[in-house]
Amino acid sequence: MQPGLNQILFISTALFFIGVYGFFTRRNLVTILMSVELVLNSVNLNFIAFNKYLWPNRLDGVFFTVFIIAIAAAEAAVAIAIIINLYRNHQSIDVEKAEEMKY
Amino acid sequence: MSLSTIIFYLLATLTLVSGFLAVTTKHIFRAAIYLLFSLLFIAGIYFWMHYEFIAAVQIVVYVGGIVVLIIFSIFLTHQSGQNLPKQKLGRTIFSALAALCGFILILVQVYQHQFVGTIERSVEASISNIGSQMLGVSDNGYALPFEVVSMLLLAAMVGCIVIALRTPKEIKEGGL
Repeated sequence: MQPGLNQILFISTALFFIGVYGFFTRRNLVTILMSVELVLNSVNLNFIAFNKYLWPNRLDGVFFTVFIIAIAAAEAAVAIAIIINLYRNHQSIDVEKAEEMKY
Repeated sequence: MSLSTIIFYLLATLTLVSGFLAVTTKHIFRAAIYLLFSLLFIAGIYFWMHYEFIAAVQIVVYVGGIVVLIIFSIFLTHQSGQNLPKQKLGRTIFSALAALCGFILILVQVYQHQFVGTIERSVEASISNIGSQMLGVSDNGYALPFEVVSMLLLAAMVGCIVIALRTPKEIKEGGL
């Protein structure tokens, strides 16, 4: 079967829900961050596929992908700063142990 | 089946397998390495689609930047070699069920929808085209989002330093 838009959409959907599964099951902040990166990558794949197969006369998908990558980098840096600060205060980065604001 | 098709399915399988291993493996360090490979194979798919610039950005920013940052934070916050605690079975089952239901729902929508593309002549996604449109201020230019994103990046970097900075009291007490 010749690979086309549907095949790439299949991959990006599968990658998205793999990320969602990781987000639900993991209880460690660093692994949750990894799941979020997978989700963002699946979105990038979607943008590039639509740009290539549906609107090859425009470059908008490319720009959205570049901006998403830049924002993902900023997000990862902020998240890791928060994780390190949390570890300093709790000696743990398990999300279930950070519960002062729970009740 | 041509070589290009075989390469595509190989890249797709490797991406999904390493992505799945990244969210299920018990070692946190191995999870980071599987994530690195998953991102690399996605860059391979971009190369396969002839978007060389995006593939290069993906490798430089994700593989060279974000994964290295994640590995640093693993070293700073974990005793290396320690396994992650086992999850409750009920949580695993219900998470898998939720992810699977969502996956099937989206796939049914995707395969039922008829995508209609344009028939106009395609623009080559070369670096010069991307660069002149990204910094262009005409109708299709992306100069404003570019500036906004650069301000966001600057604010995020300053914010990171402020969040991770130790207060003077902590330094005096000799804390971590």
